[in-house]
Amino acid sequence: MAALGSPLRTFRGLLRELRHAGGREGRPYRDTPAYRHIVGAFRAHRVTSEKLCRAQQELHFQAATYLCLLRSVREHTALHQEYHGKGERSPEEVAGLVGFRLPQQPGGKG
Amino acid sequence: PPERKRFYQNVSISQGEGGFEINLDHRKLKTPQAKLFTVPSEALAIAVATEWDSQKDTIKFYTMHLTTLCNTALDNPTQRNKMQLIRAAVKFLETDTVCYRVEEPPGLAELQKNEWDPVVAWAEKRYNVEIGSSTSILGPNIPASTKETFVTHLASYNMWALQGIEYVVTQLKSLILSMGLIDRHITVEKAVLLSRLEEEYQIQRWGNVEWAHDYDLCELRARAAAGTLFVHLCSESSTVKHKLLQD
Repeated sequence: MAALGSPLRTFRGLLRELRHAGGREGRPYRDTPAYRHIVGAFRAHRVTSEKLCRAQQELHFQAATYLCLLRSVREHTALHQEYHGKGERSPEEVAGLVGFRLPQQPGGKG
Repeated sequence: PPERKRFYQNVSISQGEGGFEINLDHRKLKTPQAKLFTVPSEALAIAVATEWDSQKDTIKFYTMHLTTLCNTALDNPTQRNKMQLIRAAVKFLETDTVCYRVEEPPGLAELQKNEWDPVVAWAEKRYNVEIGSSTSILGPNIPASTKETFVTHLASYNMWALQGIEYVVTQLKSLILSMGLIDRHITVEKAVLLSRLEEEYQIQRWGNVEWAHDYDLCELRARAAAGTLFVHLCSESSTVKHKLLQD
């Protein structure tokens, strides 16, 4: 079984990501199907002994995988916004980069 | 083309005849080929709904990996059948990242040996097959019996799960790393690290370039995580277990 660390840490990480992921203002993240599902799953499979049974390990792996998905999408989106989100410069901007101005053509292009 | 604006307030799921559906306000989500979007697993539907509900002003389809995987499973745009998907996945073994070794530079060769030998050994033991590794430009010589073992094993997965498996294999460029994920032997972070070992080696030597390296790293993690989760949620055995646990 993969080295997953503490289930509690995964659980908290998931809740944190869900808080970030909420797109719309006004709807509390606790009110979402995802939150309810995750809390429900962790409660139903609460660790009661030191050694996790197989079903618990499988659930933990799933939770850790989902956490990785949410976190990676958030980080990727942030990088995309920062480095790739600006779009193309206009012709005026490009001309301005090298100190030119576009010629004025009152009648439009011929 | 400009990004599509978020056109819905509420996202919810409901259960229909064929499975679970996604509702955007009162509209039912459809696939690119205009089929009704239906998934066999409630947990998967919830995760898809979360993707849609996470969108802010514009819909960033390139971040919605689970939705994309479901659309592929429903539409099957490449029109491949089960055996074609299986053979496509197993074919990667011939050029599997973890089997394809360099001799130069020595630092990288040693890193590959230390990091990749254990996962190859795990696969050989787990599946009782011969795989090996090679520095030859032709790649490793995989016995036909090894390929057949994997073909038989993958045939035990349903069509949805297979779409997911083939996706992960294509992203990681490795059947062995993908099986490591499917069998829960390694985490997504570890699988991606092993898949990108040479990049990581170069980054250690020459430095990191955030807008390229981290960008690629995050994207590969997201895709591998989505694919793995998709496979597990669509696999028969996990559905059955859920039913048993709910009784």
